[in-house]
Amino acid sequence: MLGKLTWAAIPFDQPIPLVAGAAVLVVILAVLAYITAKGWVPYLWREWITSVDHKHIGVMYVFLAAIMLLRGFIDAIMMRSQQALAYHSQGYLPPEHFNQIFSAHGTLMIFFVAMPFLIGLMNLVVPLQLGVRDVAFPTLNNVSFWLTATGALLVNVSLVVGEFSHTGWLPFPPLAETTYSPGVGVDYYLWSLQISGVGTLLTGVNFVTTILKLHAPGMTYLRMPIFCWTALASNLLIVAVFPVLTATLAMLILDRYLGFHFFTNEAGGNQMMFMNLIWIWGHPEVYILVLPAFGIYSEVVSTFAGKPLFGYRSMVAATMVICIISLMVWLHHFFTMGAGGDVNTAFGIMTSIIAVPTGVKIYNWLFTMYGGEIRFAPPMMWSVGFIVLFAVGGLTGVLLAVPPADFVLHNSLFLVAHFHNVIIPGVLFAAFAGYEYWFPKAFGFRLDERFGKAAFWCWFVGFILAWMPGYPLGLMGMPRRLQHYDVAEWRPWLLVAAFGVLVILAGILFQVAQLVVSIRRREALRDEVGDPWNGRSLEWSTASPPPAFNFAALPRIESDDPYWQIKQRAIEQQVLRPEPTYKDIEMPRNSPTGFVCAFFASFMGFALIWHIWWLVGVTFVGAYATFVVFAWRDRAEYHIPAEEVARIDRANRAARRAALARLQQPAQ
Amino acid sequence: MTVAQEHASRDPYRLGHAVDRSLHYPWAEHAELDVASKRVIVAYGFWIFLLSDIVMFSSFFATYAVLTNETAGGPSGRDLFHLDIVAIETACLLLSSFTCGIASIGARAHRNLMYYGAMAATGVLGAGFLFLELREFANMIAIGAGPQRSAFLSAFFSLVGCHGLHVTLGLLWLLTMMAQVFAKGYRADIQRRVLCFALFWHTLDIIWVGIFTVVYLTGLAK
Amino acid sequence: MIGRLQAALALRRVGIAGRLLSCALCLAGCNLIVLDPKGPIGAGNATILVDSVVVMLAIVAPTIVATLAFAWWYRASNPRARRMTEFVYSGRVELVTWSIPLLTIMLLGGVTWIGSHELDPAVPIPSKYAPLDVQVVSLDWKWLFIYPEQRVAAVNRLVIPVGVPVRFTITSGSVMNTFFIPQLGSMIYAMNGMEAKLNLMADEPGSFLGLSTMISGDGYPDMRFTAEAVPPDRFAAWVNETRAGQGETLNSQAYRDLAKQGVPPTSIVYPAVEPGLFHRITTQAIPPGPGPEAQSSGKQGPEK
Repeated sequence: MLGKLTWAAIPFDQPIPLVAGAAVLVVILAVLAYITAKGWVPYLWREWITSVDHKHIGVMYVFLAAIMLLRGFIDAIMMRSQQALAYHSQGYLPPEHFNQIFSAHGTLMIFFVAMPFLIGLMNLVVPLQLGVRDVAFPTLNNVSFWLTATGALLVNVSLVVGEFSHTGWLPFPPLAETTYSPGVGVDYYLWSLQISGVGTLLTGVNFVTTILKLHAPGMTYLRMPIFCWTALASNLLIVAVFPVLTATLAMLILDRYLGFHFFTNEAGGNQMMFMNLIWIWGHPEVYILVLPAFGIYSEVVSTFAGKPLFGYRSMVAATMVICIISLMVWLHHFFTMGAGGDVNTAFGIMTSIIAVPTGVKIYNWLFTMYGGEIRFAPPMMWSVGFIVLFAVGGLTGVLLAVPPADFVLHNSLFLVAHFHNVIIPGVLFAAFAGYEYWFPKAFGFRLDERFGKAAFWCWFVGFILAWMPGYPLGLMGMPRRLQHYDVAEWRPWLLVAAFGVLVILAGILFQVAQLVVSIRRREALRDEVGDPWNGRSLEWSTASPPPAFNFAALPRIESDDPYWQIKQRAIEQQVLRPEPTYKDIEMPRNSPTGFVCAFFASFMGFALIWHIWWLVGVTFVGAYATFVVFAWRDRAEYHIPAEEVARIDRANRAARRAALARLQQPAQ
Repeated sequence: MTVAQEHASRDPYRLGHAVDRSLHYPWAEHAELDVASKRVIVAYGFWIFLLSDIVMFSSFFATYAVLTNETAGGPSGRDLFHLDIVAIETACLLLSSFTCGIASIGARAHRNLMYYGAMAATGVLGAGFLFLELREFANMIAIGAGPQRSAFLSAFFSLVGCHGLHVTLGLLWLLTMMAQVFAKGYRADIQRRVLCFALFWHTLDIIWVGIFTVVYLTGLAK
Repeated sequence: MIGRLQAALALRRVGIAGRLLSCALCLAGCNLIVLDPKGPIGAGNATILVDSVVVMLAIVAPTIVATLAFAWWYRASNPRARRMTEFVYSGRVELVTWSIPLLTIMLLGGVTWIGSHELDPAVPIPSKYAPLDVQVVSLDWKWLFIYPEQRVAAVNRLVIPVGVPVRFTITSGSVMNTFFIPQLGSMIYAMNGMEAKLNLMADEPGSFLGLSTMISGDGYPDMRFTAEAVPPDRFAAWVNETRAGQGETLNSQAYRDLAKQGVPPTSIVYPAVEPGLFHRITTQAIPPGPGPEAQSSGKQGPEK
């Protein structure tokens, strides 16, 4: 009746997950009770859960990412503290538990922190920057979000019902086959990623269509903000490689569930095939993450230096070159599998070539700063901190691209330090910079700067302490994923790293405090006009937060940095652009499709994991029925009357007029 | 600001883009607003999705190519494939693509007989294809050449089976589209869905061409 | 605000110097064994590693300095900085920023080509001595070393003669693993059903750390072995002692017992080895080792 599920699945004998799970459950129930008691449920359902508005979906993605960051970071604290303690000792985490923790840490951070964070920022910003009202397929956007949330939910459920994968964040066979991983851990991983992978693929389709097909009139491709270019490159990669992940995980699922022999030891299975397929996905994945991050830095550096981005066309070219080449380098993840000198060389050289456009980007940011008037608000600090640290990470990456160096550093802590050195300053700092930069746009008030700066310094110093020791440790021969060790020389470095994690923890606490304080002080931090940073692109021409329709009338674009031109003309002539002729606006209706579909998907995933076959059938029918019900609706849009549009727009125009009057001199 | 300076600030990269247009009305005119029609956007997006689906099939094709000789002492393609059945399956699918084209025309022209008739024909042909394929699978499993026998057979069943699964979902979609037109008529959004269905169905046909070449013809030629 | 930023930057500079210093101390004191190789392969790897880092530091270090310098100099509160808000394109700068990384990559490309071929694991080490063959089987969770000519075997202990090239043929008895002796050089994957070739040599006697770098299950941290390089006569003596000593013959049954999941408490020696055992392992005539017993949290998957 319940497949493999029994009471034994709940870890009554393991205090850590039991207590953690119970605590989380209590918190969730308390929050739900509070929300219900306050009567917020209808509002949340209407404005957020069923919303097809890209701005709200973006915020929900970022919220999901932030929660998962906390969970993934707790995993990191546990890993580092275990390694600090486990010298000639078993520490406090037995191997079966430690192995799940690092597997969950990697899986969560890549799929449920980095991806949703950046996808969330792209959701919030790209349509505004393009001067349009929403993405190409708003309801699909909502479905994408909820499917991603389903994946995150399944990974977290594994903490208290069953177990998670023991194999690391990528399930290499034969370890991941049922022979060597008979439990449900790998199944949780597989179904969680298959479900959220559908969501991500649909996001890719949505954004490629939006960026290539939906622009305000006059916005040619070479007038698009650079963040839109990087979003395009990232989503093209999603469309190109997520299907490979889907296929590969499907093959492993077939091996595990139906006894197929894609990657098994016996009957001709080929484990090297898995390595190739998974890394054909896996390498472009990191560029899916880092390209929008580079886009965020371009926007931030240009805004806070008060200059247009240096070498915009080069940046576009560099972005697309990175996009293409990232598809051709995957073998550098397994130089040590023995492909031979010719193959290793080819991929080594291709990998090094990516350093060229990346270097171009760094120099273009430097020359954007050169001759600028730099304001060190937190987003700019994250950006400068990024350049300094990423240069080191990039160096070690090109080093690892040389096969003979990789032969002695593969899978060591040197490698782990390298990828944290590019992901944390590269992706995570960008996410934080984008969060601070676009927070006022999303919510109408800025974040407190003092806490923001404190958070930055803690992260910067904490990162150095936590990850620079990884390089000497790798050179001392320490491999990754060790639950215990007995080499005395490694210990001091691991203690420094553990201390670094505590410094990062302080940074995270500052970020939480920043949010709380900013909400309390929101009137003092209010963004009246909609342009708190003296920005250059179109999102700053809207109110903060923008109305549902974004723009009362779509602007006609005549140049790069369109909002900057509009502003300069307004400042000179001391008058705003003329009022548009207000018309009725049609907006897409909300839909519960995404939420309901995700509901069925969650249970279907759970049923598949625990072999509860009847439930799989029922939930599949439910999911299909949801789509049919959605297809049956007659009204897909709702009307905003012209008077309402006018009222909202005029309110913002009044604020802008007042701000204009306050400005004494024209800009440069 | 002089005219030159204004030009420079509007065209900082000196691309020659700055058009000295009259700026009396900096908002998009009504005619410009139809940046791309819904039909175009939906079709474009669906094409992107189809390209991603082709990438997924490519992964299965690549795996098939790598594992094609890993028969683990069991039967190979030579021993198992029957070209006559494959020929009939191919005919079914190709013909169904034709009837699907007729159905698309019927939908655009709002002609019920054409639409329902052609969709029904497409469905029958698709179901025929599936019936033959499932029978082929059942026969292979019955003689011990199921997907658990060897890596080659795993790859075969998954590649061909994935295509068959797509055909099955396509048939479900076909029935839904017939029901939608029946319930709601030839509304614009339903027409867009018929267009997407047709694109999907034609793509499955293209993939089948790939399958019978790479799997059946190559397998039998060895 | 200016004062605080200055202080912060000063602290950062001290921090950088401090780190450099501790790195220097580290090189002197703590054991960066990968950079202290005891064999020609390891020496080749280490040389390429260090040279590549130096070449790239020549680009990266000035870039980091320039970043901090530009950020500092062009801060809004600096009255002396020249503001150039129209400086958004320069052909000369573009030429330099595209070509410097390109030239560096071309240089590294040359290093990559030569190094990947010369140091490819399968390339034999030229020597006047005949190579010693050692067959390696990674199991859950121990390393088995078979000496096919000498017909002895040992678990978690590899004894090799100094100055003699060793030809490793590596396979796995279960999941994917990695065979690695950091101080002797390159690592390579161990995979069931396949034979990986690796050539290493020790130039000096010593006792070296040997390990796996690929997660293989719960006993993975215990996948450690000692690689002892001893003078050739001492090696011959060890072989004779082992042959004459206690222990069971490593035949198929003994191997199957060994292949069950577990960590042996100490290293084991086998005074005799069934001929052709390794070949039977790599051709899967002896099937790969079994996995863990069914766990309480979920039934076993479907039978194969």
